[in-house]
Amino acid sequence: MARTLFDKIWDSHTVNAVEGGPTQLYIDRHYCHEVTSPQAFDGLRKRGLKVFRKERTFCSPDHNIPTLDQDKPIADPVSRNQVETLTKNAKEFELELFGLGHPKNGIIHVIGPENGLTLPGYTIVCGDSHTSTHGAFGAVAFGIGTSEVEMVLASQCILQPKPKTMRINVEGKLRPGVTAKDVALYIIAKMTTGGATGYFVEYAGEAIRNMSMEERMTVCNLSIEMGARGGMIAPDEVTFDYVKGREYAPEGKAWDDAVAYWKSLATDDDATFDKEVTFNAADIEPRITFGTNPGMGISVNEAIPAYSGNDETGLASYMKSLDYMGFHPGEKLEGTPVDYVFLGSCTNGRLEDFRAFAEYVKGKHKSPDVTAWLVPGSWAVLRRIKEEGIDRILADAGFELRQPGCSACLAMNDDKVPAGKLCVSTSNRNFEGRQGPGARTILAGPLVAAAAAVTGKITDPRIN
Amino acid sequence: MDKKITVITSCAVPLPMENIDTDQIIPARFLKATSREGFGDNLFRDWRFDAEGNPIKEFALNNPVYSGCILVAGKNFGCGSSREHAAWAIHDYGFRVVVSSFFADIHKNNELNNFVLPVVVSERFLAGLFDSIQDNPATEIKVDLPAQTITNIATGESENFDINPYKKHCLLNGLDDIEYLLSKKSDIEQWENNRITY
Repeated sequence: MARTLFDKIWDSHTVNAVEGGPTQLYIDRHYCHEVTSPQAFDGLRKRGLKVFRKERTFCSPDHNIPTLDQDKPIADPVSRNQVETLTKNAKEFELELFGLGHPKNGIIHVIGPENGLTLPGYTIVCGDSHTSTHGAFGAVAFGIGTSEVEMVLASQCILQPKPKTMRINVEGKLRPGVTAKDVALYIIAKMTTGGATGYFVEYAGEAIRNMSMEERMTVCNLSIEMGARGGMIAPDEVTFDYVKGREYAPEGKAWDDAVAYWKSLATDDDATFDKEVTFNAADIEPRITFGTNPGMGISVNEAIPAYSGNDETGLASYMKSLDYMGFHPGEKLEGTPVDYVFLGSCTNGRLEDFRAFAEYVKGKHKSPDVTAWLVPGSWAVLRRIKEEGIDRILADAGFELRQPGCSACLAMNDDKVPAGKLCVSTSNRNFEGRQGPGARTILAGPLVAAAAAVTGKITDPRIN
Repeated sequence: MDKKITVITSCAVPLPMENIDTDQIIPARFLKATSREGFGDNLFRDWRFDAEGNPIKEFALNNPVYSGCILVAGKNFGCGSSREHAAWAIHDYGFRVVVSSFFADIHKNNELNNFVLPVVVSERFLAGLFDSIQDNPATEIKVDLPAQTITNIATGESENFDINPYKKHCLLNGLDDIEYLLSKKSDIEQWENNRITY
């Protein structure tokens, strides 16, 4: 029977199908950070259990960590305790830890691929909804809760209902100045914030195939923002070129065998999906969001639409969202003054994002009205930024680089946008208070962020 | 922790808003604890309290006319972050059932793993519940897990809801997945020995 990429990986990792219930799925790789793991380790201790397959779990603190002075103790005692708890748990349960100060430390979804820990054909989980990032390699990767983290630690398995499958095709070529982030924000706006709930998505089509691995990671990263359980892209030569030679990737004959296997994973020509949607790449322009969920998005030069539904709760929610943002239907946001710009996160904190940002700001200067936080996704990204001289371009344009971490994406550290301030952010969520209580977030790609940082306003990066 | 769920009859707290994300249920700055307890104090923190920590009296959880262990919310409840703290906060506050026309996947699993029952109803039934509660905040709702039915006692209207038999068994008996998985250790080892490796 013809099968999809998702089906092939899911089926090959099924240990048991629980009668009348979920699948018992074997997990190849488990990533662990400080926020969603302490209660899982506590659970193991209470039950007197060890980690079942400790070589399959890798830990890195990222959510809480400061982006300045990481060599000093974390000032916030509660954050410090959570980071230290991860260190203690990794030691007690004998897990690999890329702790603060470690050259491999960084956002867990950035460092997994960088080190060759994320491989095609894998099942990958983490107590973090943006685990879908790793689907870019042709892996079944998805976020889980802490109880499920405990299940993986205890048994290397979790119980999961099998999701439905959806293919999203982006056909044709992208227009100049349109980034992978714009593609993702466009898809989410078309699908709506809950439109892919219950589905596992495979992205396909010429525009997706033409993307680099980092661009594919940006697209897959945002799958959860339309409710999808995960998103994935069939592995191809672009994938193999990226993975080859990375520290934990297979070598020699094992590499050749792996590539042969990975090539067999692509969706069969006659396989069918529960749902299939096709978009035209040429329709996509640089995007921004205007509301308080990532589905509330428009092209940078469009006006905010009126509510298009027909039910009262939906209308009330829409107006509450616009009220929070201080916007109204019919308003154009181009030219709106911006207070903060954030470049970073597991969505847009990779080398190519910093290259794109730097290319735009080169020879220009940061607006004095904007506070800009540029936070690389990992220490490896920061090292490459310096090797390529991107840091000097940024410095000449008035920008400073901070130290790696999740930072202002969710503001668990000190990088909080003050109440009422407007932030153009390359992160993944514009929920109320996401970047700090009362903070107002506009999601965008690295080019729109760069243009906002230079002009101090919402700006189409193709014009200025 | 109160684990078993069978039949619950209770008033409900209404939140007629769509796309309530887990950042609203429990904001990120409250995720720094290393235990599972106490999250109920900060459930819906930024909708419940102003910047000075004073209760916002218009918000349903602060309105004394609403009570009970059932939360009724607009569609796509629990979207966003995978933080299980959201389910812990809901349970810790005292809710045992959340009713919506649509739940985000990860949060739904998190509720089930924490002995909170997510009940998916039709849009029409949900609108009816909101109307009944608005007309009379003392309106009771009956959720019968063995029969898989939910009843709006004000109108007598009833609907069936889905839950997979395995999870139903877990909730009825207060069992969790880890016990099940630990009982399958030999299957897991056998599977590992037979798998294709590369």
